[in-house]
Amino acid sequence: MYDFEFVKPASVADALAALSDEDAKPLSGGQTLLPTMKQRLAMPTKLVSLAGMAELIGVSAEGGVLTVKGATPHAKVAAEATAYPALAALASHIGDPAVRNRGTIGGSLANNDPSACYPAAALASGATIVTTAREIPADEYFQGMFTTALEEHEIITAVKFPIPEAANYQKFVQPASRFALVGVFVAKFATGVRVAVTGASEEGVFRWTEAEEALSSSFTPDAVASLKAPAEGMIGDIHGTPEYRAHLIGVMTKRAVAAAA
Amino acid sequence: MPKDHDGIGASTKRREDVRFLSGAGRYTDDINLRGQAYAYFLRSSVAHGNLTSIDTAEAEAMPGVVRIFTAKDFEGVGGLPCGWQVTDRFGQPMKEPGHPVLATGKVRHVGDPIAVVVAESLAEAKDAAEAIMVDIDELPAVIDMKAAVAGGAPLVHDDVENNLCYDWGFVEENREAVDAAIRGAHHVTTLELVNNRLVANPMEPRVAVGDYDRTTGEHTLYTTSQNPHVIRLLMGAFVLGIPEHKLRVVAPDVGGGFGTKIFHYAEEAFCTFAAKAVNRPVKWTCDRSEAFITDCHGRDHVTKIELALDAEGKFLALRTDTLANMGAYLSTFAPSVPTWLHGTLMAGNYTTPLVYVNVKAVFTNTVPVDAYRGAGRPEATFQLERVIDKAARELGIDPIELRRRNFIKPEQFPYQTPVAVVYDTGNYHATMDKLVEIADVAGFPARRAASEAKGKLRGLGIAHYIEACGIAPSQLVGQLGARAGLYESATVRVNATGSISVYTGSHSHGQGHETTFPQVVAEMLGIDATQVDIVHGDTSKIPMGMGTYGSRSIAVGGTAMVKATEKIIAKAKKIAAHLMEAAETDVELAGGQFSVKGTDKSIAWGDVCLAAYVPHNYPLESIEPGLEETAFYDPSNFTYPSGGYACEVEVDPDTGKVEILAFSAADDFGNVINPMIVSGQVHGGIAQGIGQALLEQAVYDENGQLLTGSYMDYAMPRADDVPMYAVDHSCVTPCTHNPLGVKGCGEAGAIGSPPAVVNAVVDALAARGVTHIDMPLTPARVWAAMNAAG
Ligand SMILES: Cc1cc2nc3c(=O)[nH]c(=O)nc-3n(C[C@H](O)[C@H](O)[C@H](O)COP(=O)(O)OP(=O)(O)OC[C@H]3O[C@@H](n4cnc5c(N)ncnc54)[C@H](O)[C@@H]3O)c2cc1C
Repeated sequence: MYDFEFVKPASVADALAALSDEDAKPLSGGQTLLPTMKQRLAMPTKLVSLAGMAELIGVSAEGGVLTVKGATPHAKVAAEATAYPALAALASHIGDPAVRNRGTIGGSLANNDPSACYPAAALASGATIVTTAREIPADEYFQGMFTTALEEHEIITAVKFPIPEAANYQKFVQPASRFALVGVFVAKFATGVRVAVTGASEEGVFRWTEAEEALSSSFTPDAVASLKAPAEGMIGDIHGTPEYRAHLIGVMTKRAVAAAA
Repeated sequence: MPKDHDGIGASTKRREDVRFLSGAGRYTDDINLRGQAYAYFLRSSVAHGNLTSIDTAEAEAMPGVVRIFTAKDFEGVGGLPCGWQVTDRFGQPMKEPGHPVLATGKVRHVGDPIAVVVAESLAEAKDAAEAIMVDIDELPAVIDMKAAVAGGAPLVHDDVENNLCYDWGFVEENREAVDAAIRGAHHVTTLELVNNRLVANPMEPRVAVGDYDRTTGEHTLYTTSQNPHVIRLLMGAFVLGIPEHKLRVVAPDVGGGFGTKIFHYAEEAFCTFAAKAVNRPVKWTCDRSEAFITDCHGRDHVTKIELALDAEGKFLALRTDTLANMGAYLSTFAPSVPTWLHGTLMAGNYTTPLVYVNVKAVFTNTVPVDAYRGAGRPEATFQLERVIDKAARELGIDPIELRRRNFIKPEQFPYQTPVAVVYDTGNYHATMDKLVEIADVAGFPARRAASEAKGKLRGLGIAHYIEACGIAPSQLVGQLGARAGLYESATVRVNATGSISVYTGSHSHGQGHETTFPQVVAEMLGIDATQVDIVHGDTSKIPMGMGTYGSRSIAVGGTAMVKATEKIIAKAKKIAAHLMEAAETDVELAGGQFSVKGTDKSIAWGDVCLAAYVPHNYPLESIEPGLEETAFYDPSNFTYPSGGYACEVEVDPDTGKVEILAFSAADDFGNVINPMIVSGQVHGGIAQGIGQALLEQAVYDENGQLLTGSYMDYAMPRADDVPMYAVDHSCVTPCTHNPLGVKGCGEAGAIGSPPAVVNAVVDALAARGVTHIDMPLTPARVWAAMNAAG
């Protein structure tokens, strides 16, 4: 780790002020940022801590929308997102207890790891990412591996999830990291079904529109049984070939529908 | 004192756990000496290249820098020695290129140390290391073993032709007879397989702290070692030229070793050397990422095995062809692993009359490879138990039955194998019977049907292993190329009030010696085990020690302790005879009391001890006061634990994911001192074996970059990857050549389990045409195999 300055502002407004320095970075749960810094792969000069800030923590449901504040740890979502059980279940399977007690939704979405779980939930739910500057629809927010619509020093303050009629997340874990080798989030709304896939694509989280169409006309496992996601553009590494990942997309989608239906 | 219940055979709880589980363990990294400086190693980020220049000028001026070392500083110093010389098929010694403390002229693997910064703090040392200018002319790397020996490959060492360390044949005289037997056989089963490269990953990374006392000229090295005396010997005699009386090596609490902490590493020599050079203590703590590219790796064999059988399934001959990776340099015991620890076990539990093992050891631009839990024996067992399983399937014989037909029979012991060793005892039919019972083999078809009904593919895998432990008879291993003796020592010091300190050359790094060794002494003397304490891990306290590996501690170290205790008893009887005015031959010791045969005269253990130290009424004219004895024990043979393992799996046909539902182990360890600790050793071994079979693999890309350099990509087994185990060690054929009749249990689990797991998965997928999958059986590989075959 290189030397850095640490500030712990009392409010989002103070945090924004503190972030105006060049090379300042928000620190939330630190589960991604701190290991990177320890390996000297990141060198922010100033860390602005969001963790534990009252106005950034909380889970609430109102008018068919579940709102999770930006610095809410995974464990709290797992325990309190009862209005959206599929999301609570997803949060309860991120990492281990230590990670869930520190890591936050804002950190996860800002980082947009191509194998992370929350991006699939946000995209499949058609969530809105609320920041200090604006509201960003999920369809515009995710822009490829580790890339998002966030501007520098823009803080995620909340994520608003429309609550679907039925939903489920199936995560097939990468054996070492236990992130998603392939994760599929299926959400059924009155207006149609959305399917988001994480872990698989070189472009990061994406919607599998073919499956969405099939499921929108019949929300059954059989509706997607014969669909094949293309292997092209999928990640190939020591944990799985593009073909294997493409195959798992089909399997996990079917299972998610079976579990949700 | 009454005979206590905590002697041999009692499942006494591990007394060291009080310390370990309450955070009170004292590990090497807990040692911080006054005025200590910190070492940081600048390591090569490329796998192969000529070091053209190192410029430390700017770095030297950085804040906190005490001194920067490069290979120049080690010109007068020896390289890291290799402790075993293998002679090749043609009678020539292996190629033994030098292994400098810091890379000299060339870097040969990612992680090869180039320079070391010693600074006031670790952060300052790292900052300065970034300012060192290193020029490396990158060379093409050689990673794949087949390519390395094929001719025309880049050379890891310029003077080692074809990167070939040795071409070893065993038993060379059998070569033609084996070829002929295979040519003429009714059936030959052939299998090509990989024994995957592993990273040991002990929970505690390596640490070294060097200290130097300039008033006495004495060096002290605190290090994470399984064998501090061996480090003292190797480093003192071969690297730094420090005589033993000026070099103390201490290995305090050590958090797991699994073999990788046997070896003498550059960082140990560096910290010892640098402490004198900068005249203050120097500490190095390895971090996890650094461990991946500096700790010796394990396994990494590529093998072709052929088993010839007659029409009844009798094994006629066995031939193997193996490429064994040595990595970039020869680590301490690397050459012995694929040869003497591997070839001598290729007969397994079977009466195969003809065996020929060929091993080519290969240099590559990767981290050195050396012993890892089982060392050579898992590789042998895996090949053999896989090829037998394949043969059973090809011949349509039940795999258990095929093994039984070829087992050495109980009445055939001692059994001379065709691969040099003599098994003293064993009863493989008994362990197989026990296995069939505890694994409920009879109920398997019903369980398989139930799985099928759920859409899952169920398989049952069987393996039976033999291993050679209690390493080792010094004269024998000397003939085989070992450059050390492999005896053990113990001093039993009886204190004036009867309490006992045992100084053992064995080293405990998780095995529980502090609990089991006292059980033995307590049993012999009839006193309470809490009266006995173990001292280990410090060359200034223990006379000599070859350390702990090869499941040798109780069989060799324990026997030394028994011999020393026998001397204590003999002397104490003399004292007791004097005190009771009886003939020495009439004195008996039982339940902590000395008594005179046929009389009611008796005297307590503690009173005899007191008399030895307060010799007012004492036969001073015939014996010395005091009660302390030392014994060295050198075994006359290896010990041969064996056992049957069964694994039951379910494979998800949609994803290829393997779930282990049940795992059973029926081991014959000879006599068992503490059954609970033995079960724990088996559990841990099986967990590591399951790790190898399903999860773990060290993977390099073609440029020599380690793709699995962290836990993000290197999969260690976790609690939910392993099932509850059914472990039994009630089948006992005591070892015939040590007084406790013990064989050793530390490696068994890691030896017997990988073939059981793979056999189970192949059994589950056999109907789909799968005959083999290389470890680790990741979901992706299993899925690919299923779909390629079907
Ligand atoms: C062992 C382990 C296992 C894991 N397993 C999983 C898993 O299975 N699935 C999964 O999805 N994830 C997993 N994670 C990642 C985990 O969910 C992290 O918590 C998450 O990726 C980052 O969240 P954080 O709060 O820790 O962010 P930090 O590490 O604090 O920050 C990450 C990045 O986001 C920025 N940032 C943080 N908060 C905000 C904000 N509110 N607005 C804007 N930018 C912000 C930071 O500046 C930084 O660049 C795992 C992590 C670990 C260590």
